[in-house]
Amino acid sequence: MFFAHLPVHEQITLAFAAMALMLSFGMLIHPRVVTVVKMFALQGLFVSIVTALAATIDNAPHLYFSALLTLILKVILIPYMLFRMIKKFDMYFVQDDVLHPVLTILGAGALVIFCYDRTLPIAVSAASLTGHLIAICMSIVLIGMIMLISRKTAISQVAGFMTIENGLFFAAVSITDGMPMIVEFGVAFDVLVASVIFGVFFLHIKESIESLNIGSMADLSEKDS
Amino acid sequence: MLYATLTIPVVAAIILSVLGHKSYGGSLNVILSFASLGTAVVMAIEVLKYGAITSPHDLFYIDAFNVYLIVLTTFVGFTTSLFSKPYMAHEQELGKLPKGRLRLYHGSFQGFMFTMLLALSTNNLGVLWVSMEGATLSSVLLVSLYRTKGSIEAAWKYFILCGVGIAQALFGTILLYFSARSVTGMGEDALLWTHLLEHTSELNPVAVSLAFAFLMVGYGTKAGLVPLHNWLPDAHSEGPTPMSAVLSGLLLNVALYALVRVKMITDGALVESFQPHLTSYLMMGFGLLSFMVAGLFLHRQKDIKRLFSYSSIEHMGLMTFAFGLGGPLATFGALLHMTVHSLTKSAIFVTVGHASQIAGTQRLANIRGLIETQPAVGWGLIIGTAAIAGFPPFGVFTSEFLLLSATIKTYPWLTVPLLTGLVIAFAGLFRSIQPVVFGTAPEGQKPIHINTWPVILHFGLVLWLGLSIPDFLARWFDQATLLITGSQLL
Repeated sequence: MFFAHLPVHEQITLAFAAMALMLSFGMLIHPRVVTVVKMFALQGLFVSIVTALAATIDNAPHLYFSALLTLILKVILIPYMLFRMIKKFDMYFVQDDVLHPVLTILGAGALVIFCYDRTLPIAVSAASLTGHLIAICMSIVLIGMIMLISRKTAISQVAGFMTIENGLFFAAVSITDGMPMIVEFGVAFDVLVASVIFGVFFLHIKESIESLNIGSMADLSEKDS
Repeated sequence: MLYATLTIPVVAAIILSVLGHKSYGGSLNVILSFASLGTAVVMAIEVLKYGAITSPHDLFYIDAFNVYLIVLTTFVGFTTSLFSKPYMAHEQELGKLPKGRLRLYHGSFQGFMFTMLLALSTNNLGVLWVSMEGATLSSVLLVSLYRTKGSIEAAWKYFILCGVGIAQALFGTILLYFSARSVTGMGEDALLWTHLLEHTSELNPVAVSLAFAFLMVGYGTKAGLVPLHNWLPDAHSEGPTPMSAVLSGLLLNVALYALVRVKMITDGALVESFQPHLTSYLMMGFGLLSFMVAGLFLHRQKDIKRLFSYSSIEHMGLMTFAFGLGGPLATFGALLHMTVHSLTKSAIFVTVGHASQIAGTQRLANIRGLIETQPAVGWGLIIGTAAIAGFPPFGVFTSEFLLLSATIKTYPWLTVPLLTGLVIAFAGLFRSIQPVVFGTAPEGQKPIHINTWPVILHFGLVLWLGLSIPDFLARWFDQATLLITGSQLL
């Protein structure tokens, strides 16, 4: 399969999927919290564009609605909330260094290969793009999980959490033309409530440990004391 | 009746989030919980008489398997609300939380009940996912209710781990939807469980097995399976005790229920494929691992609520193993175990709540001589521990016995780790609880005002189930077994 031989809309979808994956890599190791949030917003925008595109191509009007919902939630509301938190806690120049950036990025690369390997049998039997898209979305989800493990500030953890949601949403739109409306609504509602609760948590964490560095919360692990 | 069962908690959540802090808030919570129990029982009788119900548009589907879990959920919800009334009043007297926060507490409690009932009754796997996530969201602020450093850490861990875990389940659901969409004539209905079950043989086995792996991780996290169990002891030990009772007694069951539902579909799709036993092996493996690991962790606990949380992980492992084993005997045992574990564990958490209020701490080393100070609490704790450790004549013994017989039939060599694990867990529980109950009480330890009825009721039921399972319940379990395995036991 050559990229240039695909229909234009498939080329666009694949290109945006690839860029979303690249942004995941960026978010994984970029040392500055502010940039991570910006990359997250950009990824949300890509997902939203692909959704709108799918709505046009497949003539599925309810997807326009999903696209709008993503735009509002993931591109405007949540990044806005995170920026406000960064401003409030004066974290513009805070570095959130990853311990072994090179190893982490190599690990993430290996993960992408693993995802392609696992989804190969599906790709053979399904439409041309689906296999790629499943692999890419699975990679975005799993890289989001690495991000949650390697990042230490609460804000980048939220960005990681929401990246996973982005990957899932991308999967729902690009592989299956969107979930049934009631499910989409439910998921969007959950994301909305989750972001509100995250906001509440920031205040509580800040009050109790005087910073948003999750690494210093480790009283409850199973260890000899 | 189904709609009534679902609407009452929603209405209750709204009312209580406004009025929950009033002096009658606790009583209101009890009354509303009792109302949902009543409607659930009426619905159960209907299902028992006329068979499975499907709502218009197939959004809800009630059969023998979920209706008994719905009754169990509303029942434990009701008894927990009975317990929570004096408990929360006492916590407030101690100055642990301001009055207004009871609004959050009561509102979230009912919201949590609603999400669990929705998860149990829905027929749509997408809605099932949404309500499982909703259960996390509605209970996370309860875990951090006291706003101490520990409780915020626990709640954050709970939120992130369960959120991420459940996200994997959504990916699994999307993959399932994807493979169902390619089956002809499945348009918008492709996520309905009943429709999926009819078309299992037409689903793409590779996509479905991949979907099951993701669903297993997702709902397994929520059921507290090792290695994604770390949130569970923290969330149970740092939140208010009524919360621990419902988390341990109910939420874990609901997660396991979701897993069993998707297992039924996956099994159907994989029957003629390259690995027909994939789901069984995965569930047996993770179940046994959780069972063993949690049993060992029991020995090094210093906090009484953490101790019993690990015991919950151990029992969830056992049930997952039993469902993985399959076959009517093991499945019947697992269904019975779900019931008796819920009843026993929530009663234990109630007593543990009393015990820690008497001693003023949750540290095992500082709680001593309960039977001397307040016999009701001391006896409750020792009976509960005996019941959960699987002593006859309690119901846990019966279900564990059924499970062991099933194991001997199918995989005889697996009885060795099972029996060893049971002994390890038994020792782990008793070495901590014995001094707590029988030791010498520190001076000045005073009894507190408690409501013993929930505990007596639960233990009475567990004892009854251990001595003789009533006929209607046995038939009920049997119907559910027939649904899950395709053959009957009785």
